[in-house]
Amino acid sequence: MNERRNSFLAAPYLVWSIGFILIPLIYILYFAFTDASGTFTIGNVSAIISYVNIRALMLSILFSIASTFICLLLAYPLCLILTTVTSSSSAFLSLIFILPMWMNSLLRTFAWQNILERKGVINGILLFLHLPPLYIINKPPAILLGMVYDFLPFMVLPIYNSVSRIDKDLINAGRDLGADYFQILKGIIWPLSLPGVISGITMVFVPSLTTFVISDILGGGKILLIGNVIEQLFTQDSDWNAGAGLSAILMIFIVFSMIITAKYDREDIS
Amino acid sequence: MIKKLISVLMILSLSFMMISCGHPDGTASGEDTLYVYNWGEYIDPEVLTMFEEETGIEVIYDEYETNEIMYPRIEAGAVVYDLVCPSDYMISKMRENGLLQEIDMDNIPNLKNIGEDYWKNSEEFDPGNRYSVPYVWGTVGILYNKSMVHEKVDSWKILWDEKYKDEILMQDSVRDAFMVAERLLGYSMNTTDEDELQEAKELLMAQKPIVQAYVVDQVRDKMIGNEAALGVIYSGEAIYTQRENPDLEYVIPKEGTNVWIDSWVIPKNARHKKNAEKFIDFLCRPDIAYMNFDYITYSTPNVPGRELIEDEDIRNSPIAYPVLSDYELETYIYLGEKADRHLNDLWREVKSY
Repeated sequence: MNERRNSFLAAPYLVWSIGFILIPLIYILYFAFTDASGTFTIGNVSAIISYVNIRALMLSILFSIASTFICLLLAYPLCLILTTVTSSSSAFLSLIFILPMWMNSLLRTFAWQNILERKGVINGILLFLHLPPLYIINKPPAILLGMVYDFLPFMVLPIYNSVSRIDKDLINAGRDLGADYFQILKGIIWPLSLPGVISGITMVFVPSLTTFVISDILGGGKILLIGNVIEQLFTQDSDWNAGAGLSAILMIFIVFSMIITAKYDREDIS
Repeated sequence: MIKKLISVLMILSLSFMMISCGHPDGTASGEDTLYVYNWGEYIDPEVLTMFEEETGIEVIYDEYETNEIMYPRIEAGAVVYDLVCPSDYMISKMRENGLLQEIDMDNIPNLKNIGEDYWKNSEEFDPGNRYSVPYVWGTVGILYNKSMVHEKVDSWKILWDEKYKDEILMQDSVRDAFMVAERLLGYSMNTTDEDELQEAKELLMAQKPIVQAYVVDQVRDKMIGNEAALGVIYSGEAIYTQRENPDLEYVIPKEGTNVWIDSWVIPKNARHKKNAEKFIDFLCRPDIAYMNFDYITYSTPNVPGRELIEDEDIRNSPIAYPVLSDYELETYIYLGEKADRHLNDLWREVKSY
């Protein structure tokens, strides 16, 4: 009886995963391995081996690694602070970090464009203070900034979750045994927060790898990431097969990062 | 096991129901509707309201940013539109691929308002004028800021001048970008010659370090906001930008440029052809053509509509209504699928350079 009710409750999830995950995935793979007439080909997938596509993929990977690293560097100390302050102010602080997510990410990215523009908000202030202007718009630093800003909450939340769940007794025990703060951090907090760190890394790395909006809006169309190539194949060339082929390649990287996550999750359980 | 099977079947039938209900063209939609697919900001919204009030036909209105985004949607037919407004070369592509149906011109008495010259130009992509009715037209040129550029601007060459590093906005659309380079090299903007295309590509690559950004609609706002000194823009945007920022000036370069027409066409699978023709007729009324011109500032091919423009400077503006014989003008033609794809590849090479 109980079992039947459970499977009934899972029905919406099943509909969801078949309709919105499995079927689209099969479609992508079908398009990836066929040409316009529907016959089998590996041309769409092997198209990754061209100067333009390899360069775009390498740039995407570099940008994702950099943005993930910066997000981690910013998020980890923040989470340590969040867990040490009182619960009401930590709720307020985490709200501040989640608040931007209530807004559409496209709008936020456009806002950064206005802020960073040559005659934008920052340069207006710098000019007023008689300081030299800052020209990073349409250059790699602007894209990196956009990625870090857009994806930071995805790093903060899982780390905060795992750090706040660490048993305080463990930390107290460490202190009783004479460990200083850095020894506690290194020996207790960091290892126990690792699952959060790993899932944070995946949650920042994957969207950074696939984004095309941020590089388009903050890069001025001058820097072509793999996401931009795929987007253009779908919209400009209306070549779904080629676009799906490159998406399939990108999926390999995503699956790879998920395998790493799963591995660490298992280790955590054991 | 059987129970499991039944629940899976239930789920599948449920999802099919969801799909059929969610279809935008379910049989529920009546006769008094019209599905229109047009460029962004390409009509006075008041015109739509007036049409609905006068005819009782409900207009369902969607927008797109480029011809290339529009095409696959019409081709896939997931949403059935009754009226679309593509550009010249895209109309010939849609016509050649059998996506259009002939318009019954007898149902559109106001066609007489469209100037003879525009029908003649349309013949280039629609021989016999059977599939399309001109809506707006214009040229592509350079918009520059007089307070930043203190020399005579009359050539595409200025877009390669190191002096204006980071002050140049290029169009992020394949045909327009290549057109600039091809005209500067003295080639046709419809060339498919490999050497000429490679040369144009090299030229665009050489320009990239001094380009501030490749954008489409944003050229307008960035030029108004003094973000850049020079930008490649459609003539229709020029009048609007001048209203907002008097320092801006539009020129058609001496090497020649693209003259384009955007026209209404009826897709083959349209379900409300009569309503579509009624709508075209409505748009061809002089007062409506004038309302649209005033709102979108793109040149209208409607002759009595143009006469209604009160401001003489705008009515006879060399931006909106240049003397076409003074310039070397060319219309884009559809180059075929293979050439299109090759051009897109070359453009990606430029952008990843």
